[in-house]
Amino acid sequence: MSWSNQGGGGGGPWGGGGGNGGGNGGSPWGQRPGGGGTPPDLEDVIRKGQDRVKRMIPGGFGSGKGLIAILLIAIVGWGLTGFFRVLPNQEGVVLRFGELNRTTGPGLHYHLPSPIETVLTPDVTRENRIEIGHRLTGARNARSSSKQDVPEESLMITGDENIVDIDFIVFWRINDASAFLFNLQNPEETVKMAAESVMRAIVGQTPIQQALTDGREAIEEQTRNELQGLVDEYKAGIDIRQVQLLDVDPPNQVIDAFNEVARAIQDKETVQNQAEAYRNDVVPRARGEAAQMMKEAEAYRAEVVNRATGDANRFNSVYQAYSVSKDVTTQRIYLETLEEVFSKVNKIIIDKNAGGSGVVPYLPLPEVQNRAKTGDSQ
Amino acid sequence: MNRSLLISGIVIVVGALVLFSSMFIVHQTQQALVLQFGDPKRQITNPGLEFKIPFIQDVVFFERRVLDIDPPRQQVLLASQKRLDVDSYARFRIIDPLEFYKTVRNERGARAQLSGIINSTLRRVLGNETLKEILSNKRVAIMADIRQQVNAAVDRFGIEIIEVRLRRADYPKETSNNIYDRMKSEREQEAREFRAQGAEQAQQIRADADKQRTILVAEAKQKSETLRGEGDGLAIKIYADAFGQDPEFYGFYRSMLAYRKAMTDSDTTLVLSPDSDFFRYFKDIGGSSVTDK
Repeated sequence: MSWSNQGGGGGGPWGGGGGNGGGNGGSPWGQRPGGGGTPPDLEDVIRKGQDRVKRMIPGGFGSGKGLIAILLIAIVGWGLTGFFRVLPNQEGVVLRFGELNRTTGPGLHYHLPSPIETVLTPDVTRENRIEIGHRLTGARNARSSSKQDVPEESLMITGDENIVDIDFIVFWRINDASAFLFNLQNPEETVKMAAESVMRAIVGQTPIQQALTDGREAIEEQTRNELQGLVDEYKAGIDIRQVQLLDVDPPNQVIDAFNEVARAIQDKETVQNQAEAYRNDVVPRARGEAAQMMKEAEAYRAEVVNRATGDANRFNSVYQAYSVSKDVTTQRIYLETLEEVFSKVNKIIIDKNAGGSGVVPYLPLPEVQNRAKTGDSQ
Repeated sequence: MNRSLLISGIVIVVGALVLFSSMFIVHQTQQALVLQFGDPKRQITNPGLEFKIPFIQDVVFFERRVLDIDPPRQQVLLASQKRLDVDSYARFRIIDPLEFYKTVRNERGARAQLSGIINSTLRRVLGNETLKEILSNKRVAIMADIRQQVNAAVDRFGIEIIEVRLRRADYPKETSNNIYDRMKSEREQEAREFRAQGAEQAQQIRADADKQRTILVAEAKQKSETLRGEGDGLAIKIYADAFGQDPEFYGFYRSMLAYRKAMTDSDTTLVLSPDSDFFRYFKDIGGSSVTDK
């Protein structure tokens, strides 16, 4: 009796036994044709175990009560497989018959046991990275990790039709688990291709000098924004955290020429500095020279004026005294002067009146000079 | 009792078997086509639990998500006769599983067809563009044009092309050496310019320094000569003012000073006549000889 009731009410002991009734119970076999695309079920094993037990029962045919008890235990056990845990870094996405039903945050949750409902728990906090233009080998984050260049990814054309070698990393995170799982077949690969495409489009509008020097931040920022816009448009459920330019270099073949430019800039500055040094040397010296000339002239002026003033003052004093008794003073000065002068010099006095008119004043000048000298030395 | 139980048990088992083989799940990421002996009967585009006639009908599943395709890189000849290695990618979706199944059967078949169509469309469209245009903002319009053309071509496959993008556009290896040479020459040119600019500025600075020096010295010379002249002038005026009071006495007084200064040593020999004023009293006590004359 009870058997037929159960069979009529549900989809059979396996399908309806879960208590969700309505004849829509899932079955292990229902999945077989479509097994290809569905996520693997951990419950498969349990279910098979249940099946085995149930198959044995019709053969065993112990007591009706025992049968029901085993059945109940199996059903309860099956029901319990619906508990699942979502870790703090995960998001739970519950599918009912493969269709998106609800999402849950971290914690202990329950879904109707498989195959009615299944859950996917992608990691939504992990920061993923896509390396473009290079591959890091060895330990991540470690300084020792070596970088392998992938030239076909890293060489790109710039806005002025030059070639530049750019390595960059895209950091991304899942921000919408269901969108991430159900909208794109291969989200990571899509992001990578989109990132390459966006980066090339942006570098393709940037002159090489700008890309090599002060344009890096702008490129990072612009790439991030455009890439985010693109993945939003793709409904990829991805948040682009950062686009990081690692190396922006000229290609190896021309790096020497670029270094040469850098050297030329240095040389230019060197030559300029040398010239500045020359100027700094010459101009102050000239200023000093000029100052010296000025001071000398000022000194000369003061000297001349002072001397004149002194002479004038002397004369004035003498003149004042002289004006009091002109004749006597003249006489006195005259005589005193001649006295002093004559007392020092050789003198020859010839009187014309005293027969002196016959004397020819013969004066051998060299001899006079010699005599004077010998007189000096003795 | 036991017998009827056994029969009902068998009925239940068989019933369950039939039921289960008539049910199938279409996953969120899938769409499906129900085939009856290989003949498509029904297409299911929404996920969920579905039914079919057991043992007679079969189900084929297709991707419902957006798919990527990365056709092989190819060389394209641009309008400017430049060659470019172009690598594109496209995103597409199966919008009509029935047509899709009839024409390309599965994803692999679709990809093979799409690759060829995308690449040939790219070649055709880019062949009318120059590199400048591809690098510029016009790229977006070009890609939209390509997408449209590819879409028209693949419509019959039950596929919708959502987007075609240029992933890479590079110079081919054969021409990249010339590009490098050009880049080198450009840099050399730049380097020379920097050096020449340096020399130019250095020369300017030096010339300016020399100029400043010359001007400074000349100005100082001018000022100093002016000062000297001023001093001389002042001195002349001072002398003139003082001596102008009595030129006669100045002549006398200054002569006396000059005599003293000029004749100071015994090297000087004077030949004198006793007629001079100095000897006025030398011959005559009255001192008249001079005054008489």
